[in-house]
Amino acid sequence: MCGIVGLFLKDPKLEPKLGEMLTDMLITMTDRGPDSAGIAIYGRPEKGKAKLTVQSANPDADFASLAEDLGKAVAGKVTGVVKDTHMVLELPEDRLDAARHALKSLRPAAKVMSAGEGIEIYKEVGLPKDVAARFEVARMSGTHGIGHTRMATESAVTTMGAHPFSTGSDQCLVHNGSLSNHNSVRRVLRQAGMTFETENDTEVAAAFISHKLQEGAKLGEAMEATLTDLDGFFTFVVGTKNGFGVVRDPIACKPAVMAETDQYVAFGSEYRAMVNLPGIDSARVWEPEPATVYFWER
Amino acid sequence: MQTFDLEAQGLRQLNTTLHALKGQTNETAWEIVNPKGAHAIAVGLDAPVDVTVRGSTGYYCAGMNKQATVRVKGSAGPGVAENMMSGTVIIDGDASQYAGATGRGGLLVIKGNASSRCGISMKGIDIVVHGNIGHMSAFMAQSGNMVVLGDAGEALGDSLYEARLFVRGSVKSLGADCIEKEMRPEHIAILADLLKRGEADHLAKPEEFKRYGSARKLYTFNIDNASSY
Repeated sequence: MCGIVGLFLKDPKLEPKLGEMLTDMLITMTDRGPDSAGIAIYGRPEKGKAKLTVQSANPDADFASLAEDLGKAVAGKVTGVVKDTHMVLELPEDRLDAARHALKSLRPAAKVMSAGEGIEIYKEVGLPKDVAARFEVARMSGTHGIGHTRMATESAVTTMGAHPFSTGSDQCLVHNGSLSNHNSVRRVLRQAGMTFETENDTEVAAAFISHKLQEGAKLGEAMEATLTDLDGFFTFVVGTKNGFGVVRDPIACKPAVMAETDQYVAFGSEYRAMVNLPGIDSARVWEPEPATVYFWER
Repeated sequence: MQTFDLEAQGLRQLNTTLHALKGQTNETAWEIVNPKGAHAIAVGLDAPVDVTVRGSTGYYCAGMNKQATVRVKGSAGPGVAENMMSGTVIIDGDASQYAGATGRGGLLVIKGNASSRCGISMKGIDIVVHGNIGHMSAFMAQSGNMVVLGDAGEALGDSLYEARLFVRGSVKSLGADCIEKEMRPEHIAILADLLKRGEADHLAKPEEFKRYGSARKLYTFNIDNASSY
């Protein structure tokens, strides 16, 4: 199973409510997967600034002086906000790579959830309502976001095995399904220089798309390539700095519903997830076609 | 007209109430409001009642239906009218995958499009789709009739037994052992009746359809076909 929700706002007036709407949608999908939950929220990028979201099993110890320590290491101003097991660090964009590098030696146990100009990812083991509450997702604003609730099949139920997976700057991917050739694709991607945190199949799909984008492919082309190179069942929802995309495998047994109004484009594993969105009764609602790439960018 | 607010009263209460209806009931007209995409709405009915759902439904709406008429004034999620025995189910909008799967009788009408695997393993149900159907529809269909006013997706009627498939538009591809067959007067008569009962006789004429059926080379074992099994 697994449940996916996504929201791409066209109307800036809805932006302050993005977190609240996504949280409501994700909680509705709880019975599609109780193992872990995660959410990626894209805020409006601020010029010259970047965000690094890190997670730690020992947040008190790891986060206490992290912003200062990183600031010293990269010779730049770093500020941070702690939310439960996650910390969002804000820093000059040109220090982002250095900060990621420095983090490895400063806090070896901390994990990078996401990095980029707009993205923040929060994910933990537990039910959507609990995970969303721990990170106060409902209070977040943003331009677009993706949520996932997991029923684990291909790897252990851990924080790092939760979705969304982020394998590139401002990129993330969530997945309903299971891939059967992820080990061989991972091997090829490792040879090409991609790094992996888990044995999870979805992380391979995320890295596959990130790698295509690094090679210069457009988002649509990278998603199209999943149809030929990835074997298995999938409905993917992909987030980037400017938008989000959807693709389903040709068999398309993993459900997907989309809705579009003048104010937003919404994705749900089921229509249930979207019933409280404004104007849903007059929205264009459809099921995305198999083996067809959809994406929206601003 | 009895009105049931699904959001206020809950699914278990709804289906318990509907299951309690017997053949002689005077409460023959029901309206369900606030369905909000919930699963298993009006499943397992067995009385000649008329149930209207005011909105879209989730998985398995009107599954295992007997006798009842269930109308959905919206779209239906996966498995609508799955294993229907008799009665009528009418969807005003679209239906998700495996609509009417394994249905043994009755009539399923989808006024929008149906997605993949529509009528998979159907065993006597009649299905009328005003729009298009997705891939692998009527897979292993055993008996009954499927009428499609629009187009059919890939692998229509794969491994078909004795169901009749009538398609007005294009067929992207036929599945194994499914072939086009001649339309004889008895088929025109079947089609005319189904278009009428499927509320589609104002939209299409029987003569506009092509008939597809089983070549009967796959389901009776023949050693020469071993590579196809």
